[in-house]
Amino acid sequence: MKDVVTSKRLIVALVLAGIFATAGGGICLSAEYSPGAGDNEIKIGNTMPYSGPASGYSAIGKSLSAYLAMINDQGGINGRKINFISRDDGYSPPKTVEAVRKLVEEDQVLLLFQSLGTPPNLAIRGYLNDNKVPQLFVGSGADQWNDPKRYPWTMGWQPSYGTEARIFARYVLDNMPDAKIAVLYQNDDFGKDYVNGMRSGLGDQAGRMIVATQSYETTDPTVDSQVSALQASGADVLLTAAIPKFTTLAIRKVYDIGWRPTQFVNSVSTSVGSVMKPAGAEKGAGVISATYTKDPSDSRWQDTPEYQDWLAWMKKYNSSVNVADALAVYGYATAQTLVAVLNASGDNLTREHVMRVAASLHDLRLPMLLPGITISTGADDYAPIKQMQLQKFDGNSWKVFGDVIKGSSR
Amino acid sequence: MEKRIAAPEILAETPAVPATANGWRWIGIVAIVVIAAALPFGLSKYHVFELTMVMIYAIAVLGLNILTGYNGQISLGHGGFFAVGAYTAAILMHRYGVPYWATLPPAALTGFALGVLFGLPALRFEGPYLALVTLAMALATPQLLKYFDTWTGGQQGINLVKPEPPALLGIDRDRWLYFVVLVVLVLAIRIAANILHGRTGRAFVAIRDHPIAAAAMGINTARYKTLAFGTSTLFTAVAGALAAIVIGYVSPEGYSLFLSVSFLVGSAVGGIATIGGAIVGGFFIQFVPNLANDISDAAPWAIYGLAMLLFMYTMPRGVVGTLWPWVMRFFAARKTAAPFAARRSERA
Repeated sequence: MKDVVTSKRLIVALVLAGIFATAGGGICLSAEYSPGAGDNEIKIGNTMPYSGPASGYSAIGKSLSAYLAMINDQGGINGRKINFISRDDGYSPPKTVEAVRKLVEEDQVLLLFQSLGTPPNLAIRGYLNDNKVPQLFVGSGADQWNDPKRYPWTMGWQPSYGTEARIFARYVLDNMPDAKIAVLYQNDDFGKDYVNGMRSGLGDQAGRMIVATQSYETTDPTVDSQVSALQASGADVLLTAAIPKFTTLAIRKVYDIGWRPTQFVNSVSTSVGSVMKPAGAEKGAGVISATYTKDPSDSRWQDTPEYQDWLAWMKKYNSSVNVADALAVYGYATAQTLVAVLNASGDNLTREHVMRVAASLHDLRLPMLLPGITISTGADDYAPIKQMQLQKFDGNSWKVFGDVIKGSSR
Repeated sequence: MEKRIAAPEILAETPAVPATANGWRWIGIVAIVVIAAALPFGLSKYHVFELTMVMIYAIAVLGLNILTGYNGQISLGHGGFFAVGAYTAAILMHRYGVPYWATLPPAALTGFALGVLFGLPALRFEGPYLALVTLAMALATPQLLKYFDTWTGGQQGINLVKPEPPALLGIDRDRWLYFVVLVVLVLAIRIAANILHGRTGRAFVAIRDHPIAAAAMGINTARYKTLAFGTSTLFTAVAGALAAIVIGYVSPEGYSLFLSVSFLVGSAVGGIATIGGAIVGGFFIQFVPNLANDISDAAPWAIYGLAMLLFMYTMPRGVVGTLWPWVMRFFAARKTAAPFAARRSERA
């Protein structure tokens, strides 16, 4: 481990300290391996939509490969090179099943890492758990990856939609205890995760505080009637749980009918270029959302060593992805989490042990997560990131404010 | 009557070949079935799974061949009917606890009924116009599946319990499902051959080649075209149900327009007016995208397109459509030279 960069050494030290404290030491003297691991190599499997309608996410796959390539150039993990096999599934679940079976049975990977998308991961969850292959750091914000009782081999990574909604609820309870809340949500599991998260976050106040909910279908041309109905409820807080296009429509309509509630939008729909600007900068001013990663275009970070490391990596290893792309930050941070887990697994690279290490992370800090946000897991806590920080749109860009807020993972 | 009716495709398939060649054909079929039955014991579980998918796609393409190849109606929407079969099986298994094998007849029935319903308006459209109508089906399918989410599980889809092989046989799940699908495939081919080589099949072909002449000969074109649609979607829906059982999961993303296009490509590469071509098509659908991916990460679909062009350029009637007449001619030539050619002429 002599040639890892400084920030990485810090991470490793933290992880090791955390793991030894909680798991009571995990390194055996002689090396132990499951399929996919050996003295010189660790095989990691992944599926990613490099083609098809969701191929925009492939920037994540490229970033994962690029980060692991850098780790290999630096000597690998405890002397072992990572062989990262990433297969295209086109976001089609039958293809994912096929690709994952190939990865597990033919390529013999140690574990599946960051396979992308809710439906593809649901399709392979049963198979991987039946075969006791870790499905680590699933690339999806759905609420169901934190279910260690039923799926002990499946673990999420990012804050789930429900966690995010509970963070909004926490803020409202602390700052506007008499708020009347209206919710506009997409009528599917994604939207409902937010509604349920809001309810559970408000606890016994939910019945009193949530005064109206309205849903839309992705096929609806507008959300005008829903927004009007929510305004009529007399609410002074609005949570919009929607995909980017409908968030734009909602922000614009709310402003145009002269309604001025405190507005929350979900983190999926915070892009300045594709959501806030189209809505009209002055119409979106004051809207609140939540985040957990550093925005690479935010000038606050640009002089910090963490950012400089990131930039150097982007330029040398990941030049095909835009430096301002949040997906590159996401890929960078998830890959670092994997590296931390593998480092801490030492010479005991069995699937059971790697999974146990992944489930005993303690306050792991990653350079591109916001200061104060750390990763912790436990045998009954498979939700690595549970904290976010609120941010407000000032008409030009998002500015984080307040403290890091923890939302319970369930 | 115009010469057009005697299209070479018919010659390739129908009994214009000598009787002894038919005998050879049976030997060939038996040999293929024996090999197919022995194969899974010499392969890894993953390859068995791949071959199972090949056979499933073959059944789906067979359905499309009946419609497009034999009846001349182009469908870009068979992925939708594949989804109908898949969801019929999934909903029956998941909500009503129906055993997996018992979902095949309802899937077939639903596929047939929907196909007939779809075939009625299709009567008014021909060629590219019908292709557009069926394209609508393919485009709408994923969204409809999301819309009726109380039944379909919406975007999250439905996770299915994997079928357990009978304990008596002592084989694993992948090999067991392989045999289940193999039996369905053999049945499907047998049924398709019966339909297509009989009176109904001749009516289908006559309508394809010259609808006016067919009508003049007393063929009820509307009825037979609708029947062709229903039969075709029946096969494809059964394939969809099998796919749901084998994959163990259904969700809207699995049934995009691309699936429909894949079926059409598989059909054309194998030979649209053949039965055996469906199996070649199944292989193409399953393996060529993966091979393309192995050759080039950067541009797999360019490689896929190139493979398609290569096939279509060298074998414009599809692999089976082009090669089968050659095989037949080879055996026919051998027969005439062989000693028992005399016996044949006696019989004649």
